Amino acid sequence: MSDRRVLNAEAYWTENIRTVLLLLSIWFVVSYGMGILFADELDNFRFFGFRLGFWMAQQGSIFTFVILIFVYVYRMNRLDHKYGVDEDRDDFVADEDYYHLEETDDSSPDDNRGEKK
Amino acid sequence: MDVQTLTFIFVGVTFAVYIGIAIWSRAGSTDECYVAGGGVSPLANGMATAADWMSAASFISMAGIISFVGRDGSVYLMGWTGGYVLLALLLAPYLRKFGKYTIPDFVGDRYYSNVARFVAVVCAIFVSFTYVAGQMRGVGIVFSRFLEVEITTGVLIGMTIVFFYAVLGGMKGITYTQVAQYCVLIFAFMVPAIFISILMTGNPVPQLGFGSVLADGSGTYLLDKLDNLSAELGFGAYTAGKKSTIDVFFITAALMIGTAGLPHVIVRFFTVPKVRDARLSAGYALVFIAILYTTAPAVASFARVNLIQTVNNAQYAETPQWFKNWEDTNLIAWVDKNKDGKIQYVAGKAFAGKPEFTAGRGESGERLLFNEVNGNGNELYIDRDIMVLANPEIAGLPAWVIALVAAGGLAAALSTAAGLLLVISASISHDLMKKIFLPTITDKQELMFARFSAALAISIAGYFGVYPPGFVAQVVAFAFGLAASSFFPVILMGIFSKRMNKEGAISGMITGLVFTAGYIIYFKFVNPSANKPENWWFGISPEGIGTLGMVFNFIVATTVSRLSPEPPKEVQALVDNIRIPQGAGSAYHHHQRKISG
Repeated sequence: MSDRRVLNAEAYWTENIRTVLLLLSIWFVVSYGMGILFADELDNFRFFGFRLGFWMAQQGSIFTFVILIFVYVYRMNRLDHKYGVDEDRDDFVADEDYYHLEETDDSSPDDNRGEKK
Repeated sequence: MDVQTLTFIFVGVTFAVYIGIAIWSRAGSTDECYVAGGGVSPLANGMATAADWMSAASFISMAGIISFVGRDGSVYLMGWTGGYVLLALLLAPYLRKFGKYTIPDFVGDRYYSNVARFVAVVCAIFVSFTYVAGQMRGVGIVFSRFLEVEITTGVLIGMTIVFFYAVLGGMKGITYTQVAQYCVLIFAFMVPAIFISILMTGNPVPQLGFGSVLADGSGTYLLDKLDNLSAELGFGAYTAGKKSTIDVFFITAALMIGTAGLPHVIVRFFTVPKVRDARLSAGYALVFIAILYTTAPAVASFARVNLIQTVNNAQYAETPQWFKNWEDTNLIAWVDKNKDGKIQYVAGKAFAGKPEFTAGRGESGERLLFNEVNGNGNELYIDRDIMVLANPEIAGLPAWVIALVAAGGLAAALSTAAGLLLVISASISHDLMKKIFLPTITDKQELMFARFSAALAISIAGYFGVYPPGFVAQVVAFAFGLAASSFFPVILMGIFSKRMNKEGAISGMITGLVFTAGYIIYFKFVNPSANKPENWWFGISPEGIGTLGMVFNFIVATTVSRLSPEPPKEVQALVDNIRIPQGAGSAYHHHQRKISG
């Protein structure tokens, strides 16, 4: 493994962790924060026919979860691309050849990666 | 046509479709059997994951439970969806990159230890059996109520169907059958929900109808009306919680983390071709799940209003037919305490325990009971599980909608049962036989073991369906608690900590398991009378204790791993490798690569 690749992988991992922590803090705030810990305070506000804390617990948090995963997918695809660790390379190979290629790759799995950058 | 004929037609047609799909997608190798050859598209996998995940509990029981407990039902709604965020962000992509068949595979390789693998196998089998017993029970209820066959016959029919496509089709057959089952179950759940939403609020979207004003011209919001009704009858406001905040917090966390650690859900992400497909597929899965999970609380509140208005102070003799039908199925009971011939439905239990009927009939024609009557004013017993099934009847919807719900309930139960049986069979044939006891068997022999263990598992599950052990409801807390306190931390640390070694992982897993199991066994089996908030640690109920078990697991694992040697270089290289998506290939080819020494 070349030094440049190690650095690259570390930077990728750091950004990955940052993305995950950011999204998980939103996850925590909408479910545990707004749906449980501060739900009683939020219940004083109305949201259509709902009390807000009740709505967050039974509807709003679930909608937010869905959005969070798609934001994650989008950001991670961009991150993979930025660091050249995405799986796009595989798309250029026809399907049957793809499996063949993978098998030969297995003997020296790390060889091709450094050249990508 | 009457409901029963229609139900026969709907159930018959859907079953024929499931079997047709199984024949079309037979599995020919262990690879196809365990992970569908790794060639399932993210969208199809998302749908299959949703069907796999949404069991008889989600379809039949959840809305019913929420209907009876109101606000506190949120723990299930958030707990069983929020886990997908953890799964998508923390586990699925990396496990897909790792690219093997089962969770014990990951645990065994990452911690270079067959002891760790064995502990994981035992947990996977236990968790899956707990779950599968409940599914077969759901199948039995639907058959006995709608097709009026014996529960035993119903369970046998269900077993035959699952056997057919799980044993022949393997993961490939199951995946495509689950796609079909998702379509059936979501259609069956949404149609009555939309009908009822229109009837009650004039809004066709249940999620919006839930927060709208009632269509009766009164101008009151549905939920305000429900709060008033509930308060009047002594149940307390529907939108106010009764559980303590700390307990709600811990239960929600245990359900979320448990969901992310359930083996039959995780294994679904091994079936997609790429790492980015695994991420996307988790997103699709949650969309498909969220459709049902955001509708369920709406259905729960509609059903509650309908139920109270239909039965409270109604003359027993004039109650609609559904009331008597469910009474005949032993799931509704009425005792006329004040002898006025009317049903009084207020807070409190009408009598002790589940209804035990005598052969006789009372003055109004109701079935009489052996049970000892409680001193309160409540005269009605309703099993929570009937709410979703009875809801279309309560709202007076056409017969075909009722038949559709029966087919949907069966789809939900069968799809989950099949996914679980696959985990059990893979755990036995792959993890126990191939990896621990008989490493020399060929691919073909392993496949034979897989089919044989699936058949055995179905028979045991069927037995539980016919003779349901009284402890099913209690052990569900186990399934989530154990998944949360053992699998989730061990997999998470395996990915995110390179320093975590086998000593740390094994001691952490055992700490989490023993603590969680001990707490649950004490309060559920050894000393059930002490199962009260004032005796719980920090006010945490057995349902939520898995969260604390997980925290202990993390602490012990981290401490022990710091005091023992770091993992071998090749294991650290494995961790580096799974953190990068590139080169995921198919699960099959990675299976060929030996990484542990």
